[in-house]
Amino acid sequence: MPARLHKGKSMLELKDISFEVHEEQSKSILKDINLTVGDGKFVVITGPNGSGKSTLAKIIAGIEQPVSGTILFDGRDITHLSVTERAKLGIGYAFQNPVRFKGIKVRDLIRIAVGGNISVAEACNYLSEVGLCARNYIDREVNASLSGGELKRIEIATVLARKSKLSVFDEPEAGIDLWSFRNLIEVFEHMREANGNNSILVISHQERILNIADEIVVLADGAIRAHGSREQVLPGLLGTGSAVNVCDKMGGGAL
Amino acid sequence: MDEIQKRLLMEVADLHGVPEGAYNIRANGQSVARNSTAGIDITSKTDGSGIDIRIKDGTRNQSLHIPVVLSKSGLKETVYNDFYIGDDCDVVIVAGCGIDNCGVQDSEHDGIHRFFVGKNSKIKYVEKHYGSGDGTGKRILNPGTEVTLGEGSTMEMEMVQIKGVDSTVRSTTANLAAGAKLVVHERLMTHGSQSAVSSYDVQLNGAGSDADVISRSVARDNSYQKFDAKISGNAPCAGHTECDSIIMDNARILAVPQLEANNIDASLIHEAAIGKIAGEQITKLMTLGLTEKEAEECIINGFLA
Repeated sequence: MPARLHKGKSMLELKDISFEVHEEQSKSILKDINLTVGDGKFVVITGPNGSGKSTLAKIIAGIEQPVSGTILFDGRDITHLSVTERAKLGIGYAFQNPVRFKGIKVRDLIRIAVGGNISVAEACNYLSEVGLCARNYIDREVNASLSGGELKRIEIATVLARKSKLSVFDEPEAGIDLWSFRNLIEVFEHMREANGNNSILVISHQERILNIADEIVVLADGAIRAHGSREQVLPGLLGTGSAVNVCDKMGGGAL
Repeated sequence: MDEIQKRLLMEVADLHGVPEGAYNIRANGQSVARNSTAGIDITSKTDGSGIDIRIKDGTRNQSLHIPVVLSKSGLKETVYNDFYIGDDCDVVIVAGCGIDNCGVQDSEHDGIHRFFVGKNSKIKYVEKHYGSGDGTGKRILNPGTEVTLGEGSTMEMEMVQIKGVDSTVRSTTANLAAGAKLVVHERLMTHGSQSAVSSYDVQLNGAGSDADVISRSVARDNSYQKFDAKISGNAPCAGHTECDSIIMDNARILAVPQLEANNIDASLIHEAAIGKIAGEQITKLMTLGLTEKEAEECIINGFLA
């Protein structure tokens, strides 16, 4: 591992983070994770299923509490802060499986995400960004009438609308079709263009997403196996389950 | 009218003053303002028990407001209002009752509304209930609604009771002729130790009649709700009822679906769901910066919107 990946400020620092679940017996999910995400970085965490990636994302957002360790955000200890407090400090989080709400409209969710009143035109911009025809969706309820793919895109739009310093996406590609997958790459690229100091942390094992990463973290069995620049880490992943080609996964040959 | 009555009026009928069109405003047991129009005639029943409303054939794009406000503790009244609506009408009727009870005695308003609707008319009926005041006297509302829909007529009913009513027994019955359609949207929230019972008995008597009764409710604290919806299909017809409830705290909810098919071409559906707010919904809204409490309110408000 290179001595210093992060010149400049470090936005997020995880120090000795461990996490366990207690079912019939305790099971360790994450063991002594040390990870730093610098300002303005696009970091992808990859690794096999069950490696603890999603748990790590939830710990950063405050949805899960680590059994030990410290989380610093902009130098401040946020280990014991609530989800709300972390959101207000500038941590955004996109669910892997977005939640449905009866009666709450897409525009309501975007308004909440922005944290104040916004014009319909502004709200529509976020929907257009994720490839949804805004006019058709802005007044739709975020309920079972939306398909999984539509819901996922709306989820991403709400995270865009927060303009968080650090946006965490848990498998953003899961459940969306090939077209929106291409669009997703553009979404991340636009986010980086819009604010070069904000960082993006993505849980994914899609090669295309890994291809635009500044840094790649490989997680397996609850521990970091590799962390380095894309150039350093990606070649060793190609052809493994940690860097899946989107066409292979979707049955191949569609392009 | 005093300030409390004006506030109640605003809550139940969105009225800041005297409305446009026809109206009858009842305050503390008396009619305090009334206006009939060319198409809508309001008269007191001779025995003083309520009003008769007659809407002429072909009265279109008109509105009628008949709010009731009670601000005196201990007042109990039963009011009978009858609506005779002609053919080919298109009207909006806004009813509703607000009770403010700061005293120790119970205040009660039992409003019985009967609708006799002719052919091919379109009625929108909005009824809001609201209670306020911190007295120990209960605020009780027991509305009864009877609807008879003539051939090809449509009635859309919006019934809302969100705050402050301690006890409600609501009974709605409807008889539909051929091609008539009834759509009911009920929204209810109970808290404290309130109790609310809402029952429907819809008879689909004519070919092609159609009923859709939808209730969304939230029961909080120690409150109790019972939703009892019965649709009988007596002809080739379509009926649908839906009861969707959020349960919170130590509340209790009983949903009693009843479908009765008396004709082979009656197509009847009932859906009922009771559940607490999903933890993930709260979490999602917290990641957008809301506190847990704000998230809960947001989910409830959306659900009852």
